[in-house]
Amino acid sequence: MTFEYAPAPESRSIVDIKAKYGHFIDGKFVTGKNHFATINPATEEVLSQIALGSVSDVDKAVAAAQKAYTKTWSKLSGKERGKYLYRIARILQERAREFAVLETLDNGKPIRETRDIDIPLVAAHFFYHAGWADKLDYAGLSKSPQPHGVAGQIIPWNFPLLMLAWKVAPALATGNTVVLKPSETTSLTALLFAQVCQEAELPDGVVNIVTGDGTTGSAIVNHPGIHKIAFTGSTEVGKKIARAIAGTEKKATLELGGKGANVVFDDAPIDEAVEGIVNGIFFNQGHVCCAGSRLILQEGIADEFIERLKVRMAKIRVGDPLDKNTDLGAINSREQLLKIQELAGVGDSEGAERWSPACNLSDKGFWFAPTIFTGVTQAHRIAREEIFGPVLSILTFRTPQEAIEKANNTPFGLSAGVWSEKGSRILWATQQLRAGVVWANTFNKFDPASPFGGYKESGWGREGGKHGLSAYLKEGK
Amino acid sequence: MATTPKKPVARLEVKKTYKLYINGAFPRSESGRVYEVLTSKGASVANPSLASRKDLRDAVVAARTAQSGWAKATAYNRGQILYRIAEMLEGRTDQLVTEISLATGVTSKKAHDEVLTAIDRWVWYAGWSDKLSAAFGSTNPVSGPYYNFTIPEPQGVIAVAPAESFLAFIDAIAPAIVSGNTVVALVPGSAAIAAMTFAEVLATSDLPAGVINILTGSHDELAPWAASHMDIDGFDISGISKKKRADLKVAGAENLKRIHNFEGALSPTRIYAFMEAKTVWHPIGV
Repeated sequence: MTFEYAPAPESRSIVDIKAKYGHFIDGKFVTGKNHFATINPATEEVLSQIALGSVSDVDKAVAAAQKAYTKTWSKLSGKERGKYLYRIARILQERAREFAVLETLDNGKPIRETRDIDIPLVAAHFFYHAGWADKLDYAGLSKSPQPHGVAGQIIPWNFPLLMLAWKVAPALATGNTVVLKPSETTSLTALLFAQVCQEAELPDGVVNIVTGDGTTGSAIVNHPGIHKIAFTGSTEVGKKIARAIAGTEKKATLELGGKGANVVFDDAPIDEAVEGIVNGIFFNQGHVCCAGSRLILQEGIADEFIERLKVRMAKIRVGDPLDKNTDLGAINSREQLLKIQELAGVGDSEGAERWSPACNLSDKGFWFAPTIFTGVTQAHRIAREEIFGPVLSILTFRTPQEAIEKANNTPFGLSAGVWSEKGSRILWATQQLRAGVVWANTFNKFDPASPFGGYKESGWGREGGKHGLSAYLKEGK
Repeated sequence: MATTPKKPVARLEVKKTYKLYINGAFPRSESGRVYEVLTSKGASVANPSLASRKDLRDAVVAARTAQSGWAKATAYNRGQILYRIAEMLEGRTDQLVTEISLATGVTSKKAHDEVLTAIDRWVWYAGWSDKLSAAFGSTNPVSGPYYNFTIPEPQGVIAVAPAESFLAFIDAIAPAIVSGNTVVALVPGSAAIAAMTFAEVLATSDLPAGVINILTGSHDELAPWAASHMDIDGFDISGISKKKRADLKVAGAENLKRIHNFEGALSPTRIYAFMEAKTVWHPIGV
């Protein structure tokens, strides 16, 4: 007997979306000149009009941030800076449901994730960094470490408000001021965050938010008034930023792409591993830079494991992101959907075997069923390139050494996973894997106290923990 | 060179041929090229090898091959090998003082200070090998039943382009290798003389072949190839002039090389700059 789920939609009445938004500069909302639409990717409904930030908008935001840095923020004690961050954390907790619903509407990710993961982590990030603000001398860096000045921060669409928190909280805690640009498809929660800054009475100009596209981002990167760049996004854009700042004194942290390997040994706890693999690649529609997008299975258990994985995948509920029972929401944009479809097509044409459970996908909006490819070799593009969607490439191995070689055979080095019940094997594998985050017998766990960031072409620097703080500080005199 | 006829001496000095140091061996440049290092008065000191792009590639292969083994050595072992380098260097003090003053024109007193400082630097860095995790690692109190820790690991193969002095050369290679990286050093001009004598120190210091590779010649020629080499993970460009750094950083962006320059006081941040923080999570449960 099958029990069907009744729809359990979260109400959207809690959010109040304006027809049009401007930028948030010097503590005030200012009108923009040109606008573009932001849509709900699950329905293609236009949610609002977002301002396209120009060079002069960025100029104004940087000027406001500079003024706030010299006049107020750098003169404030760490203790008082921290109290502003605690205030922000508390307001975020109070308004958590509003943020969760808005994020789900604008991004397409399930309400279960925004409610239980994204927004709680956002508040946790501000709370964690608030406590550092007056304790920077104890972070094990240098004596009296100093802020850089104005931080230019450019964030992606996959975890819109969470990426804002990863950037803004450490910048403010360390005494920097901020010019931040959200992704053009997901600006709404950043603009709601601007209201939180007002509500917290954060001094004008400490946080400035300029919305827009890549041209706006490039105006931030190239602005001479910016001292530090923090970027999360594609490796391709990360390299462009690295080139753009080569002749300057600007510091940069880059959180870029990945092709995470999830290695399952034959002594792994199979049910837990299946759950971990599903979470690793289908969490957030696979729009995760550290997704476990390559499953590397020990040959002896491969057939059984793939069967169990298929059984589990058939239970993934794809659909209305606002429904509390939904596991897999909408793909964030048409552009991203096309990219996923293209790379999955390459998987077919290069000879890998595609499988998806039966799903009723809506005609409206952007959808892609959870998908696995078996018979993948290391030469296949779906084993090498980041798909950034719910697509898992499965490879096999015979010896532990071969597993590590396959896992490390990538220019990326952001995340990796290892599944085994044998302690010494876990520790050996975590040592061998060339990645900034290694999840052992778990996957896709995040915490403000835990440094995150990649080796090799997955980026520069870390975010979170004391390692993340150092990116916003220079040695004191 | 002057070609005035000379009378035979009672015993002719046996001069050293200055070659490169790659994978624990002393090959000539594959290009067959040399350049002349002169004393301040214009007399010839030696003809070191003028390393080529191909020599650089060979050195990177040697460094890559040696890297995992060197990183796998225990921190205690790496520390002892660095200390052994100091011991071997101490015995070469007089030779290096003579060579440095001859090749660079500094006084013997200054050269002597430089060599003694370099020896002490090896001792200082040797002690760091088993303290890096304490200084740059952490256990992280995450909200959940997980054990979570962060440890620093070596990045891999690091190129270094130090300024034209023996001490600058030592100050670039010691912090790069102590954590488990391997190195390709691009030693410019007159610094080649002391650097290649130092290679003889390395050859007798229990340092595995390929951990330090030394190329002598020109930064202008070699640094751009190092910056664009896809199998080099980091590049210390402290010895490159400011206006030439931007082009190297642009080239290095292709594989997001970690490119740094250092000045000022001795600091372990110079070691950590060529390390990566790895964070590991594991559930806690019965």
